[in-house]
Amino acid sequence: MRLSSGTFLHALGLTAVVVFSLFPFFWMVSASFKSQTDILASPPVWFFMPTLDNYRAIFAESQVVGAVVNSLIVATATTLLSVLLGTPAAYALARFEFRGKSDLWFWFISNRMLSPIVLALPIYLLALQLRLLDTHLVLILVYLTFNLPIVVWICTDQFKSIPPDIEQAARLDGADQFTIFRKIYLPLGAPGIAVSAIFSFIFSWNELLYALVLTRRAVQTAPVAATNFMSGYELPWGKIMATGTIIVLPVTIFALIVSRHMVRGLTMGATK
Amino acid sequence: MAQSKAVPNRGYGRWTPFWFLAPAVSALLLVGIYPTIFALVTSFRQYNITRPRDGYPFIGFSNYASVLTDGTFWTSLGTTAQFYLTVLPVQIVLGLSIALLLHKPGLGLLKSLARVTLVVPLATTYAVVGLIGRLIFNRDFGVANQFLDTIGIGGFDWLGSTSGAFAAIAIMDIWQWTPFCALFFLAGLSMVPGEIEEAARLETSSKLAMLRYVQLPYLLPSLTALLILRSADVLKLFDMVFVMTRGGPGSATDLISIYIQRVGFRVFDLGMASAQAILLLILTIVISRLYIRVLYRENY
Repeated sequence: MRLSSGTFLHALGLTAVVVFSLFPFFWMVSASFKSQTDILASPPVWFFMPTLDNYRAIFAESQVVGAVVNSLIVATATTLLSVLLGTPAAYALARFEFRGKSDLWFWFISNRMLSPIVLALPIYLLALQLRLLDTHLVLILVYLTFNLPIVVWICTDQFKSIPPDIEQAARLDGADQFTIFRKIYLPLGAPGIAVSAIFSFIFSWNELLYALVLTRRAVQTAPVAATNFMSGYELPWGKIMATGTIIVLPVTIFALIVSRHMVRGLTMGATK
Repeated sequence: MAQSKAVPNRGYGRWTPFWFLAPAVSALLLVGIYPTIFALVTSFRQYNITRPRDGYPFIGFSNYASVLTDGTFWTSLGTTAQFYLTVLPVQIVLGLSIALLLHKPGLGLLKSLARVTLVVPLATTYAVVGLIGRLIFNRDFGVANQFLDTIGIGGFDWLGSTSGAFAAIAIMDIWQWTPFCALFFLAGLSMVPGEIEEAARLETSSKLAMLRYVQLPYLLPSLTALLILRSADVLKLFDMVFVMTRGGPGSATDLISIYIQRVGFRVFDLGMASAQAILLLILTIVISRLYIRVLYRENY
């Protein structure tokens, strides 16, 4: 096939998209393998002797490792809890008619729009009174405010796509509502549940504002630890970028798994 | 809309929906509604936790009066609006161009690659985007200035100057959210029935006519939804800006969420901050209503 100029421009444009999307990510990863001298070089160097020193340094200190473990605990627990609480609600929204259904919808969508600072203030005061500041529990609960809506929304859509005939047949066999939910909807809806769980994990893992306000030393999460490097006169750029890479890598892999659903996850239903 | 009409479902008890909903709703009541009510109550009090001796007396609407007459509050709302009006046109134009590139037939493999890489900015931890921004826009060893050098413009103090800092956070936001717009438009484009597009291709070779008369009608709903969603996102924007500039220099990048956070957790005037938060909440509710109106027009 002859390469026409149109095809060439198309290919050029697509390549530009790839470069645009990956450049900051590439720059972070490359800086994480640079020595401090290479990072502070002016103008910046593109080719250099890679070193693992930054990674060795952050794994030697307990701070970053501890923060990653905290993030892992919080994100996993809040995801499990969201799925546990959210899937029955999604089933009700998919299959039952009841009063106030549209209000409930509206409430879920508003939570997607809400700035965390609105809830961070009162939750800080409540946590202060209940002595819950700097605990995993407070973050696990607070993250439900954005994870539950996402789980409910994606799972409702998924459950609606399950043919109701299956449910009718099971009911004729004498299955009660909860059995139908557990034996039919959970297994058949598993793909949607998995997607919503991955989203919930990504959002929790990436969250900074609540973590910043509600935790101190003990339960510091990974994004908080990374931002805490940003003080002092000469910043340890290599360590900062290595920490950034460690934080971003796992969620990027997760995001690639759900890439087909990315828009759905971020919009609460503007597209199929 | 994607959802099919709910199938009439007989054979369940009156209270059955309640039992399925109760766990999720009570959890949200606990972590969403109760704190909101608490914020509402706090917004009517004098509540500065650095001065516990004063107690927390009710002072009526005076927090709201102070907020509404506070120049800084309006300035930060103005900065937020300015930020929205700066990034959004760029994101829409770039996003639409990328969507059209991805929608064009041919080059399957490269297209899949480009589509997948678009997810990377979206997944990047917002705080880490801020960290990367500080490295890229560093005055002395940042790659942004190296780039400017090669096209013959001298070094620029990005994060140290008013317009530079605003531009830097805008560029990082454009990087992170343009893919979102692109994927969103791409979904809109895929709704155009194939036959119609084919027929139009035979009629005209003009890409612009194609966009205007064939594709645009399918893109308009996406566009409206996008305008609303992005406005909510800009009101929420905190992490990246906090890490990159903390709202500075001066008040150059003092977006609304950054400002409220400072009043609440640096000045510790929680009464005033709560009043600001409630006003922000009201704004959010208006935006959500609008979103539902646009999105679920047929259903509600």
